[in-house]
Amino acid sequence: MVDAVAPTAAQGLVARASDLIWRRPRVLLFLLLTPPTLWLGIVYLGALGALLLQSFFSIDEFSGLIRYELTLKTYGELLRPSNYDIIIRTVSMAAAVTFASVVVAFPVAYFAARFARGRWKALFYLGVMLPLWSSYLVKVYAWKLILAKEGIITWIFEGLGLMPVLDLMLAIPVIGGNSLSVSYIGTFMVFLYVWLPFMILPIQASLERVPASLLEASSDLGASPRQTLFTVTLPLALPGVIAGSIFTFSLTLGDYIIPQIIGSSRLFIGQAVYAHQGTAGNIPLAAAFTVVPIVIMGFYLWMAKRQGAFDAL
Amino acid sequence: MTTAVEFQQVSRHFGAVRAVDAVDLAVAEGEFFAMLGPSGSGKTTCLRLIAGFERPSAGHIEIFGEAVEGLPPYRRSVNTVFQDYALFPHLNVRDNVAYGLMVRKVGRAERGRQAEAALELVKLGGYGDRRPGQLSGGQRQRVALARALVNKPRVLLLDEPLGALDLKLREQMQEELKALQETLGITFVFVTHDQGEALSMADRVAVFNEGKVVQVGTPQDIYDRPRTRFVADFVGSSNVLPPEMTRRLGGPESWASLRPEAIRLMDPATARISGPVVSIRYLGAATRFTVDLGGISLAALAPAGSVPPAIGETVGLAWDASALHGMEAQ
Repeated sequence: MVDAVAPTAAQGLVARASDLIWRRPRVLLFLLLTPPTLWLGIVYLGALGALLLQSFFSIDEFSGLIRYELTLKTYGELLRPSNYDIIIRTVSMAAAVTFASVVVAFPVAYFAARFARGRWKALFYLGVMLPLWSSYLVKVYAWKLILAKEGIITWIFEGLGLMPVLDLMLAIPVIGGNSLSVSYIGTFMVFLYVWLPFMILPIQASLERVPASLLEASSDLGASPRQTLFTVTLPLALPGVIAGSIFTFSLTLGDYIIPQIIGSSRLFIGQAVYAHQGTAGNIPLAAAFTVVPIVIMGFYLWMAKRQGAFDAL
Repeated sequence: MTTAVEFQQVSRHFGAVRAVDAVDLAVAEGEFFAMLGPSGSGKTTCLRLIAGFERPSAGHIEIFGEAVEGLPPYRRSVNTVFQDYALFPHLNVRDNVAYGLMVRKVGRAERGRQAEAALELVKLGGYGDRRPGQLSGGQRQRVALARALVNKPRVLLLDEPLGALDLKLREQMQEELKALQETLGITFVFVTHDQGEALSMADRVAVFNEGKVVQVGTPQDIYDRPRTRFVADFVGSSNVLPPEMTRRLGGPESWASLRPEAIRLMDPATARISGPVVSIRYLGAATRFTVDLGGISLAALAPAGSVPPAIGETVGLAWDASALHGMEAQ
């Protein structure tokens, strides 16, 4: 007689463990989620909580020591003109960078999602991701050379006889400067370059999920390509745009290296945090500064949700 | 009678693939026209050529006498019901239905009124505030229909609209669609791979195979007088007989089709043709059995109520001479 292939009792520890997981799926869930929960809950959120707590302390102006009493005094300091300027400057830059990112990223993402196939798709991913493989510092310093007065951009403008245009741009008050590398225009260009992939990829992913038949249906129902863009494509890509803008907006709000290397000497939030928690030893004010981007992002997401940006999800 | 849609030698090639190959078609105004064929036969591409989603590689297309080769979909007086319905997920049912009116700048109150009327027409009155995601497949199908009809198209294109529905619902929708077409008098061009659907609903049927139209005719024409082997095979499950077999069975020396339901059972002693039963399949309304005639097996039907033969039993077969229908080899 041939041995019957019959169910057998579990042999060994591994077999018994996999049987247990099969019988009680929650065990697997528990095993999978515990490490990330510990990491996020204690290390990440805990640190964030400690930071927030710091912002409610204040610094004794005479001794320079931190007074561990809850107060809103430090937040009041944020409203001082010198600090308030920093916030306005950073938020304006973040908004400008985000807006420009959407404008530049959308056509690229649209092409990749709708038309690129096979080899072109691979080329798209490579092109978007490649800049992320090299060091951020190297890229920023490379831009410093590109934007410098003796750099390639000046050289191109000279070669084309367009120097007056460049000079006119640099003569614009506030955002202009001696050269691109010490002006807000330069800071803006570098921010735009560095964060662009973080805008392209989410938009591309959201466009990828829009079936071609929806665009055909829109056209079939009489919508011109422009109407289709504004009434179907953009609303459906909005979750991707919001996701991308969270990246570009918050990354710009928090960055302290780009404005330090490229741009004027006036501070951004990140630089202010760096300065206050370092040499100045004013941790409460540094913490209060960090709360600003958190509040802005929270408000932004709340507005986006209220406007129905996530309804298509 | 006015011609609603006309194809003259229309081809659509994708690289080396001839999706549509030199097709001539004429759909009359007010007609329920079905395009029937297996997947990849070019019927959907033909529909997309009418809608304007595809442009012909060669040939000429007219819609109500107007050449449409350079005309984008949004300038054509045709609307489509998509196979996947293609409802806009970010809009509620009312806004989905009113979409065509909205892009034509019809006022809000007026388009709300017309959308509601269109929803009433498809028996979904009062569903305007729901989201497409909250509807069942059959309801989405109706919304897609209302969304197309609200624009009062001169031709309505339906791309396998009932494919995703279960049998019961499909039969119900078939009747409703047919009734709707008769009330509205709009030309319907209907793509399907289901021969039963095409035969029961259409005024005329075009049978597609490999990018070509093999036969156009009324359902009776197609069913009773298939022009080629392919049509006989695809439309209903006919017995397709090679020339020598047709001759043996008393017909001309050509390919022929013999409908299972045209075959009568007889006493084998008196029958000219007889053979053993090799398989039996119970279908409910009838029992289908196969008889081996030496080299070919013939399917026949025993209607419910009659006593079906048993496997191995020798039966005699007979049919009217006219039931043996000669046709072309291809």
